[in-house]
Amino acid sequence: MTGRGKRETLKDSAGKVLLEVQNLHATVEGREILRGVDLTVRAGEVHAIMGPNGSGKSTLAQVLAGHPAYVVTAGHVLYEGKDLLAMAPEERAREGVFLAFQYPVAIRGITNAYFLRAAVNAIRKYRGVEELGPVEFMDALEEKLKVIGWDSSYLSRPVNEGFSGGEKKRNEILQLAVLDPKLAILDETDSGLDIDAVKTVAQTVDKLRRPDNATVLVTHYNRILTHIEPDVVHVLAGGRIVKSGGKELALELEEKGYDWLREEATVA
Amino acid sequence: MTSGIEARVLQPYKYGFVTDIEAEVVPPGLSEDVIRLISQKKGEPEWMLEWRLRAYRNWLKMPEPHWANVRYGPVDYQAISYYAAPKRRPKLDSLDQVDPKLLETFEKLGIPIEERKRLAGVAVDAVFDSVSVATTFREELKKHGVIFCAISEAIREYPELVQEYLGSVVPYNDNFFAALNSGVFTDGSFVYVPKGVRCPLELSTYFRINAESTGQFERTLIIADEGSYVSYLEGCSAPVRDENQLHAAVVELVALDRATIKYSTIQNWYPGDEEGRGGIYNFVTKRGACRGQASKISWTQVETGSAITWKYPGCILQGDDSIGEFYSVAVTNHRQQADTGTKMIHMGKNTRSTIVSKGISAGRGQNTYRGLVKILKGAEHARNYSQCDSMLIGDTCGAHTFPYIDVRNSTATMEHEASTSKIGEDQIFYAKQRGLSAEDAVSMIVNGFCKEVFKELPMEFAVEAQRLLGISLEGSVG
Repeated sequence: MTGRGKRETLKDSAGKVLLEVQNLHATVEGREILRGVDLTVRAGEVHAIMGPNGSGKSTLAQVLAGHPAYVVTAGHVLYEGKDLLAMAPEERAREGVFLAFQYPVAIRGITNAYFLRAAVNAIRKYRGVEELGPVEFMDALEEKLKVIGWDSSYLSRPVNEGFSGGEKKRNEILQLAVLDPKLAILDETDSGLDIDAVKTVAQTVDKLRRPDNATVLVTHYNRILTHIEPDVVHVLAGGRIVKSGGKELALELEEKGYDWLREEATVA
Repeated sequence: MTSGIEARVLQPYKYGFVTDIEAEVVPPGLSEDVIRLISQKKGEPEWMLEWRLRAYRNWLKMPEPHWANVRYGPVDYQAISYYAAPKRRPKLDSLDQVDPKLLETFEKLGIPIEERKRLAGVAVDAVFDSVSVATTFREELKKHGVIFCAISEAIREYPELVQEYLGSVVPYNDNFFAALNSGVFTDGSFVYVPKGVRCPLELSTYFRINAESTGQFERTLIIADEGSYVSYLEGCSAPVRDENQLHAAVVELVALDRATIKYSTIQNWYPGDEEGRGGIYNFVTKRGACRGQASKISWTQVETGSAITWKYPGCILQGDDSIGEFYSVAVTNHRQQADTGTKMIHMGKNTRSTIVSKGISAGRGQNTYRGLVKILKGAEHARNYSQCDSMLIGDTCGAHTFPYIDVRNSTATMEHEASTSKIGEDQIFYAKQRGLSAEDAVSMIVNGFCKEVFKELPMEFAVEAQRLLGISLEGSVG
């Protein structure tokens, strides 16, 4: 296939619905957190999901990734037309769904390089692609490291162990860059980062933007959105998306806070 | 949260098979006559028989110890057969003369001797139901003056060495099980490394309990003479049994001036079924004496098997500047119980000891670390570092830690660290979200947890340890 043909294929996939969330309800420990979320994400898009504390932002991210502590009580989620909720978490990952964790977990005694290669190979195996040996993998990794401005010493450190909050978040972005998913969900990746780190993270995510993938950014703050321009901004409050709009909505939220929306939602 | 972490499938014990070889078994029961019979069958000298009888008479007066944090029904010592030997036991010149069924057994265990002979030069002294049937690379070792043979042979061939060192680290009246072993031991290994010799091969012994209801009483004695070095690998595996089988071994190590002994164990005896039926009672006394100046003894153990494990490989640091080390991974799944740890007795000046213990509990397993660090009066500037980590998988298992510290010299430096962690739904979910299966996630997390110990193992043993850990914990996470 020629380069031109390939571009056209990418173009074709742009605009296709990648994720379709319909009337999603979910509970954790018996408490209902999501109360009917509707969300449509198309290939090529970046969506920002904002909202006050406890509105269900992280729950939505965890439910989409399949965390066992959350129980879906109603609704549907289609990913590339398939029933996402019927898939095991590892299957979702292998199908191209990636969650950058708000609180990345440490794994003692296992190096970052080993963990990353195990993940890459699990996904390659699932897709019927030949698994990568340590040497080939390290070569591929060098490039990705440069993108987030890390030297290779991070690869021989145990996964997230002894990492600062900022390093953990950067490590999530490194994994994102290496695994190259179709749908990336970033759960407050910007919180706890200083201004420079937010910029690096945002720029990396921006570089990974393609017409055939999509990103859902869960965030409290507008500042990350100054580096990644979102196509759609949603406000999640009380377990529902109460308002959606363009990037200007984020600015409005920063100015006015969330209270006016709550009132609006109650009135409605 | 924990609903997903529960026993799902019981992995059948992989090495459960019985080799059909006619065994020459002495009828069950223990008496002076039985001991005389054992000694006679082994062609032992009079002094050996006397020693055995002294041990037996002492044992009769000793109560069975019950201070360990394990529970089991009474053991009927009169119901055990104390001697079993494969009937066909000619002097073997080559593997062709070994009973093919025996070779097949080793095959199933994944240790084809012929492969071993070719590979990497590991000498294998295979102990099969109390009698050595194949010893390889003896000649190569002999060139360096290293003696590696069955203990019964050593008693006949090297009586001065055996008489000098046997019971010098673990006396025949040391404890109930050691006394029992001293009375009735039938086989085991003997190693002597002469002055200044670095043993050219890693010495490897595979033990295997085969005949039904036969207690296994191994006796191992390793002596490293001045300035020598030896690495010894011990691996165990036993077939499925309904009855409990008693294994009461004694291992004695002696390191003279500047000598180093590295002793590595992988123990995967039959652990019993999911309900705790069957399985081996592994009541072992292992002790090393760093008798010489600047000598070193290092114990590394990976304990994944047995219904009950009761063992405390220790070091007596007599020589000044001597070093004792203990690295341990103990896994208990289903209804397995382990009470294990170490004893470091500091006697010499500037003696140092390191303890790294990793306990993993799953199912209804109970895992206890019990360790003693004792600094005696004369042990100026002794140092100890202890680290005891426990990992829990699921919420029906238990981890316990009993560190005893007894310091009688104020110049000592002691460090102790302990942690208990639960393998969390969050950790597993994190790995799954990156595409790994639950099994791979658990195996990775557990192996990472054990890394500090595994890195002490010889390469091929480390690989086997990781594999065994996977088998032992298979099905423990849903």
